[in-house]
Amino acid sequence: MDQTHNMPGKRTELQMARSMCWHCQSEVHGEYFCVQCVKVQPVSKELDYFTCLGLPRLLNIDLGALEAKFYELSRAFHPDFFQNKSESEQAISLGNSALLNTAYRTLKDPIRRAEYLIQLEAGSAKDIRTSPPADLFEEILALQEDLEEFRSASPGQNPVHMEELRTRLKVDRETLERRQLEMEHRLAELFTAWDKLQSRKQPDDQARRERDAMLKEMREILSNRTYLRNIVNDMVATTG
Amino acid sequence: MTRIVGIDLGTTNSLIAYMEGDTPRVIPGRHGRTLVPSVVAMTDNGLLVGDPAKEHLVRNPERTIYSVKRFMGKGLADLAGELKYFPYKLHEQGGVIRIQIGDKTYSPPQISAMILKELKLRAEAHLGEEIRKAVITVPAYFNDSQRQATKDAGLIAGLEVLRIVNEPTAASLAYGLQKRTQGIIAVYDLGGGTFDISILKLKNGIFEVLATNGNTHLGGDDFDRRVANLILKEVRDQYGLDREQYPDTMQSVRLEAERAKIRLSDDQKTTIAIELPARKGEYRRELTRDQLEALTMDLVEQTIGPCRLALKDAGLQPSEIDEVVLVGGATRMPLVRRRVQELFGKVPHSEINPDEVVALGAAVQADILSGGTQDMLLLDVTPLSLGIETMGGVTSTLIRRNTTIPASAKEMFTTYVDGQTSVDIHVLQGERELAKDNRSLARFQLRVPPLPAGVPRVEVMFLIDANGILNVSAKDVRTGQIQSIEVKPSSGLTDEEVERMITESFKFAADDLKARQLIEARTEAEAIVKATEKAFALGGHLIGAEETALIKASLGRLQTATSSDDHRGIRARIADVEKATHHLAEVLMDSTLKEALQGKKLSELP
Repeated sequence: MDQTHNMPGKRTELQMARSMCWHCQSEVHGEYFCVQCVKVQPVSKELDYFTCLGLPRLLNIDLGALEAKFYELSRAFHPDFFQNKSESEQAISLGNSALLNTAYRTLKDPIRRAEYLIQLEAGSAKDIRTSPPADLFEEILALQEDLEEFRSASPGQNPVHMEELRTRLKVDRETLERRQLEMEHRLAELFTAWDKLQSRKQPDDQARRERDAMLKEMREILSNRTYLRNIVNDMVATTG
Repeated sequence: MTRIVGIDLGTTNSLIAYMEGDTPRVIPGRHGRTLVPSVVAMTDNGLLVGDPAKEHLVRNPERTIYSVKRFMGKGLADLAGELKYFPYKLHEQGGVIRIQIGDKTYSPPQISAMILKELKLRAEAHLGEEIRKAVITVPAYFNDSQRQATKDAGLIAGLEVLRIVNEPTAASLAYGLQKRTQGIIAVYDLGGGTFDISILKLKNGIFEVLATNGNTHLGGDDFDRRVANLILKEVRDQYGLDREQYPDTMQSVRLEAERAKIRLSDDQKTTIAIELPARKGEYRRELTRDQLEALTMDLVEQTIGPCRLALKDAGLQPSEIDEVVLVGGATRMPLVRRRVQELFGKVPHSEINPDEVVALGAAVQADILSGGTQDMLLLDVTPLSLGIETMGGVTSTLIRRNTTIPASAKEMFTTYVDGQTSVDIHVLQGERELAKDNRSLARFQLRVPPLPAGVPRVEVMFLIDANGILNVSAKDVRTGQIQSIEVKPSSGLTDEEVERMITESFKFAADDLKARQLIEARTEAEAIVKATEKAFALGGHLIGAEETALIKASLGRLQTATSSDDHRGIRARIADVEKATHHLAEVLMDSTLKEALQGKKLSELP
């Protein structure tokens, strides 16, 4: 069995799927309900989550506005309100709600939001890292040895040595958690810088270079962060 | 618009409710009781459900089924270690538990359907209309199979189940409707057999579940067992009686344990008394609340872990919870209340009857679905992560737990052998890394056109609907062809089985009605025979020989009729006896009156 994650939709197809009402064939211009026959319309699968939830494509967003829009659209789409409608409408309501829920979940969390935005801007969300970040290479290697020893320790192991091991792992964990915090601070800075860049009217070469550099750095941090988080989770699971 | 009712199908008790205007109401039975014990007895005279069935727990334990909810959507392996507590025989067929009663077997949904039918009849009698649609509640932590089994039970009972709602969320609806609460609430729901914790955000009529957690095998039943085990141990130590020696008393022990537990919610101490078999006399002991708490402390503690996990998933500290609501009969225990208060740092609410609040909420949800209530909307989550098995037996998560439903995930599949025509997909539910540690939900085969390896692209859509139930569809990306997928549940009834059970249930219903009428006629006949015999003893000397002979003949005919299965015949003979004894009754009345008047002054008369 082989799986490939689905690629983001091609931007050129945006809105194409919803130009005509499925029921009365009258024209629709992105409304969620047909102006003519008031039937619910399927939200285009190519619509990006920011547009879907009525937000600018930025990394710092107004969470209050996000929630308000989510609630408003939930009231419009939720299957609860389509119980007495036709099967087609029920199916659309179900599909729209599922998409809306995914969109909301993605944008609500700053990390998922950033990953999603990078995916929209640059194709793939993040590389799945298989080796430690360069600046932590030595530390992580040592740490993993300790972790392995701790895991395979028999109950009769020298308690003093085990205690040493535990203390060392605790210190390591704190280091990693500190590093994670640093990454999050840097990400926050990048988010603000990115949003500022978006507000510039005409992107010149300079801006394009800045943009690419930012995307690269964010992607790098995000994948390192995931790597660290997995190790920390592993440590928590092993040492308690 | 057809009416939709709300049903709380509980482990210990079940209820049915409806919306009257904008107020949800629980429908009481003939004796004013709103609770229908979730007990089904298969007696020689037919099927009994509820209170009358509960009486058979002691008299007829191996033919009386209780706590069937514990078996819903489960196989025998899920119940290891618990089997010894049930007096009836259990076995497994097609991954589903079957309960053996006499020479017949029943699936848990069939038994649940009997309870649902009783509730349906109750609502129909009360509302004077046929009930065909319902919302049924389940523990929030119920998995896909358990939800599906509940839906099957509804179908078998002749109900279209429009929605499966989580119990704590339903409770929050009833609570939110009454209190107009805003903010973050935690619903702590400890029922007869299951525990749920749900954390919700209430804002302008939206009830958004942030996280849920629980244990579908922890509830009031387990507390009863602790007390029952104490009794059994002492009976063994003091009287030398092993539990195997008195299986018929087991139910008395269980029920007495439950009653003692309930009494200790109000009193500091209580007395337990059990009539022992084999002329061993009576077992008696005093049980204090402190002793009960010591016996069950760890059970209450087992609810704290899930609460912490739910808080963590919601990204909240206990202090950020604005209100805590208690649901389920077991939350009446002072120990539970104390522990909940300790965890959240605030006094929990229990203004709405914790036995009724879930059914009331189900009625509210039913009203939302029928288009009545429009300002409230429930956004619930899936309690468990959904994934598929990948290479090496590892679970690859597609939809994480606590994702708002409806939720969907797409996954692209291809082949790795030239000309391969199908791909096996194994769907799992649970939080563990390895596929074998999670619950197997379904296996199905994806059809793939025979092409070189890696060329076919089939997109599979996993969709969890608003009931928390999985739907799967697939699309061939190259051709755009949609493939219908029959998901064979790993632990559930097949469609054919459900179909057969629906048909059977109609037969049961006809049999049941006949049986009920027969029982009623027989009972009445018995009463009239007794009354007539008594009248003879009192006033036989006051009537003539001819009349005596007539009455005796009519009584004889009634007794013959009673042994037949014809309730109409019995009714006719009852009428005959009533006619024949009419004069005797009058004579008796006169003589009683005379007796009453004798030796009394007029002024003493009423």
